[in-house]
Amino acid sequence: MRETPSLIVRYVARRAVPFIQLYALYVLGHGEDGPGGGFQGGVIFASSFVLLALAYGWGQGRKHVPEKLFDLLAPAGCLLYAGIGFVALLVGGAFLQYEAFVGEGADHATKHHAHHFGLIGIELGVMLTVTASMVILFFEMSRPDEEGAFGDGASQEDVEALHDGSAATEEAPDA
Amino acid sequence: MEVLILAILVGLAVAAVRARDLMASVAILGGYSLMMALLWCQMNALDVGFTEAAVGAGISTVLMLAALGRIGRREVGPTRAPLLRLPLLTMQQRLRRARHLSRQHHRSSAWGAILVCVLVGGALLYGTRDIPQVGASDSPANRAGSLAEYYVTKAPEEVGPANMVTSVLGDYRGYDTMGETVVIFTAALCVLMLLRQARVRRGDERDA
Repeated sequence: MRETPSLIVRYVARRAVPFIQLYALYVLGHGEDGPGGGFQGGVIFASSFVLLALAYGWGQGRKHVPEKLFDLLAPAGCLLYAGIGFVALLVGGAFLQYEAFVGEGADHATKHHAHHFGLIGIELGVMLTVTASMVILFFEMSRPDEEGAFGDGASQEDVEALHDGSAATEEAPDA
Repeated sequence: MEVLILAILVGLAVAAVRARDLMASVAILGGYSLMMALLWCQMNALDVGFTEAAVGAGISTVLMLAALGRIGRREVGPTRAPLLRLPLLTMQQRLRRARHLSRQHHRSSAWGAILVCVLVGGALLYGTRDIPQVGASDSPANRAGSLAEYYVTKAPEEVGPANMVTSVLGDYRGYDTMGETVVIFTAALCVLMLLRQARVRRGDERDA
C-alpha cells in the first residue's frame, strides 16, 4: 500500500465518522418530513466507512467492516422490505398494504401509525441494503491485489501525470 | 440561473471528455453531478437533488476512482493538444492536426458518427417542441383529475408524512421501491461474484 495520509487527515477522518453516521440516521429518520430517506441515508452511512478506508488504508478500513456481516446485511435489507409486504399479506391485506396491520375498523390516527411503522420499516430495509451494497462495491473494487493494483502501481503513473501536466501548462517552447 | 447552471454543465461535460487524465475526468464528473443536484433543487425536486448529491457526486465518484485503481489512470490513444492551446494554433497547424487525427480513425466511420449525431440531435430537438413547460398547469401531469392531483390532495390525509415524495415512494409505489432496492443488492451481488470469486479462484490455483 501507499503510505497512509498525514496524522491530521487521519485524526479528522476518525472524528468525522460518528457525525457522518449520525447524520445518515437523521436523514433516514426525517425522510417523512423532509428530503431524505433510506436510500440517501444508506449512501451517507456507507461513505463514512469509505472515509475510514481512504484515511487509514484499505486494510485498516476493512477491519471496521466485517466482510461476513455486510454480506449478510445486504440481502437482509431486501428481506426486511419484502417481509413487511408478506406480513401485510398474512394479516389479510394486499402486499405492502400497511393499513392491514390495524384492520378495517381502525380510526384515522391508528391507520396513520400503521403507515408510519410500515414506512420506517421499509426505509430501514432500504438503508441496510444500500449501506451494505455500497460498502461491498467499494471494498471489492478497491481491493489491493497481489500485483498492487490500487497502491504500488499508481505511484509511477502519478509521477508521469505530474510531469505531463506541468509540461502542458508551462507551454514548453520545444513542443 | 438555470441558464448559468446549464452552461456550466456543458462546459464540465466538454472538459470531462477532453481530459486525458482519467482521474481528472472523474473529478469533473463529480462536479457535473453537483451541478445537476443544484438544477434539481432549482426545480424544487429536493429529494432528487439530495440523491444526486449523495450518490452521483459522492459515492459513485469514489467507486469510479476505485475502478481507476484497477485499470490505470491514463487514457490510451492518439495524443491531443490541450484545449487552451487550440486558439493559438495557426490554420496550417490545425489542418495538419485534423489530417493526422483523421488518418488514425477511419474517415467514413467519423462521417457516419456525425450523421447519426445530427439526425438524433435534430429529432430530439424536434421532440422538445411538444414538451409542456415545466410546471405548466395544463400539462398531462398537472391537469385536473390527474394522478399528481390525487397524490397532492390525498397523500397527507391517507398516508400521513409531510413529505409527499416519501408517501409516493414508500406507500403508493412501495412495490417499485422494493424493486429498486433489489437492483442495488444485485449490483453488490454481481461485484461479489465477478471480483471476489475470481480472487478466490486465483488463490486456489496458487495454493494448488
